[in-house]
Amino acid sequence: MADVSSAAGNPDDWRDQVFDAFERAGIEIFCYLPDAGLDSFIHRANAGNAQRAVILSTEEEGVGICCGAWLGGKRAVLMIQSSGVGNCINTFSLVSNCRFPFFLLVSMRGEFGEGNPWQIPMGSTTQDMLELAGFQVFRATHPEDAVTMVTEGLKMAWRSDAPVAVLLSQRLIGAKDM
Amino acid sequence: MANHLQRAEVARTLMEQVGDELIVCGLGSPVSDVSSARDRDLNFYLVGAMGSATPTGLGLALAQPDRAVVVVTGDAELMMNIGILATIGIKQPRNLSILVFDNERFGETGQQVSHTAYGIDIAGIAVACRFPHAMLVRQSHELGKALALTHAMTGPHLAVIKVDPERVPISIPIKDGVLCKGRFRKALLGTY
Repeated sequence: MADVSSAAGNPDDWRDQVFDAFERAGIEIFCYLPDAGLDSFIHRANAGNAQRAVILSTEEEGVGICCGAWLGGKRAVLMIQSSGVGNCINTFSLVSNCRFPFFLLVSMRGEFGEGNPWQIPMGSTTQDMLELAGFQVFRATHPEDAVTMVTEGLKMAWRSDAPVAVLLSQRLIGAKDM
Repeated sequence: MANHLQRAEVARTLMEQVGDELIVCGLGSPVSDVSSARDRDLNFYLVGAMGSATPTGLGLALAQPDRAVVVVTGDAELMMNIGILATIGIKQPRNLSILVFDNERFGETGQQVSHTAYGIDIAGIAVACRFPHAMLVRQSHELGKALALTHAMTGPHLAVIKVDPERVPISIPIKDGVLCKGRFRKALLGTY
């Protein structure tokens, strides 16, 4: 398995700005299931207070954890790969029934430049599935989009009690070479 | 002596001794049991999203580390997302307890037998997931010990409480999730 090559010109700058946007928005808990495209966010989350980074065994745990955190007055986000969106579908009913503010960051697989056919069924339907589940979905294909979409998406989630997802496309984060 | 307790009696005992604990109930019978014993603003009820009661309890426990959080759920509801015990094992929230009402059945769907009826040991899984306390409760004196641990702040704790598999009528006081969330947050945080 080869490294992930970034399609963006200057490597990690936008990633740091995205994480800065999380911190500015008062996000205190980061739930995640790793993906190469999320690696720098996971690294930043773990570099802070030890309780704030929560590694999941499956993505749907993160839905309950983020909602529970808001019940307790803290803001949490869920960071997962597109394949994990499918794992969450039924648990999104917790978000919609209770109208929880909810922010989901998704690193895409199964689209632009994908080399593994097993990723395509879920990756090619991720956005539609999220929209059917009631999410406002923003797809970032350029570094500046990612920073703006995360910044504004976080505002929208917590000001409008809405579920918001930002998709980091493979065009942005690069396709795994396999 | 019976080798299980009555679920209504377990819920009554829990709610008689409860103070300012934050309670999250999993879908179906546990919501009915707990709310029938004592509905209160600091009870949060899931009536769907099966498997999400314990994750919700974990999020709440992480957000409110100085308040005791108690998840009351069924064996099948927890089994659907059993990996959450491993996630809790990593975080070790001292304020989180999980009470599993184990009737060895899928109660809502017609009393079909569940994993635990075949000896699957949820308390054993919790031990393997580094829970400092995980116990099996069949008698009322054991229940007293399990309930005392829910406010000891020495968790995470898990108690599997074997309850009568007989079907009981279900009563859900609030199905409106927005209302349930709002009253909980208002009581805890002073804001909706």
